[in-house]
Amino acid sequence: MRLPGTDNSEAVNSEATLADPVFLGELRSQMLKFATLQMGDAHAAEDAVQEALIGALKNANSFGGRAALKTWVFAILKNKIADALRQKQRLVNASTLLGPEDEDEILPTLFDRVGHWNPEEAPTGWGNPEAAFREGQFWVVFEACLSGLPAQQGRVFMMREFVELDTGEICATVGISVSNLHVLLHRARLRLRDCLETNWYGKGAR
Amino acid sequence: MLNCQAATRLVSEGRERPLTLKERGLLRMHLLICKACGNFEKQVDVIGLAAKRYAKRKD
Repeated sequence: MRLPGTDNSEAVNSEATLADPVFLGELRSQMLKFATLQMGDAHAAEDAVQEALIGALKNANSFGGRAALKTWVFAILKNKIADALRQKQRLVNASTLLGPEDEDEILPTLFDRVGHWNPEEAPTGWGNPEAAFREGQFWVVFEACLSGLPAQQGRVFMMREFVELDTGEICATVGISVSNLHVLLHRARLRLRDCLETNWYGKGAR
Repeated sequence: MLNCQAATRLVSEGRERPLTLKERGLLRMHLLICKACGNFEKQVDVIGLAAKRYAKRKD
């Protein structure tokens, strides 16, 4: 058994993967962001991530590669988050979450009756993204916009875009259909770009 | 002809699955005449990139 941080160039199984400090550091950081945004509580998020990682370490040898391990770790984390939220009675039942979001009012505010952009909502050019990424304040706005998404939209957007799970994995984990997922991601992206344009790129910013 | 709501839906879905030939054709035709949806397409990429950077940032 090698110690973490020692040579792991032959890291092919997940036991070795979990001993790779760079991979583990990035994975932990992704999990923590995901959990914090979902729970709105940094300490509870820290606990959930710790428990999920311990669970992963215990069963490390049953996983083949990094992708499989990551999917699995996030599935554990999602359950830990759901348990914690349920204890706080903030989440009654995952399946009831879809109800209110079906009535999400974002589309009628953005598009007119024939489905064209309302003039004041039409997306404008954002210029070079790297310039924004270099500014610390951009990330504060980005985080605020992510936190402002309806819960289910935020969850699937993060699973898709920063955990980088594929459609099948997300649908199985969250328990929704593929077309539901597409609807949720479309709305999440419309909301996020609207929020960023208003609060960072647009007239209302700075 | 697609409207903007349908065009943005296809742009979004294009990040999860390969669009069909017909969908790609309809979308390209719409984007030729609609600058706002072209901007949307670029912004969706920026948001995806930002999400990955954000997740990996140490703070």
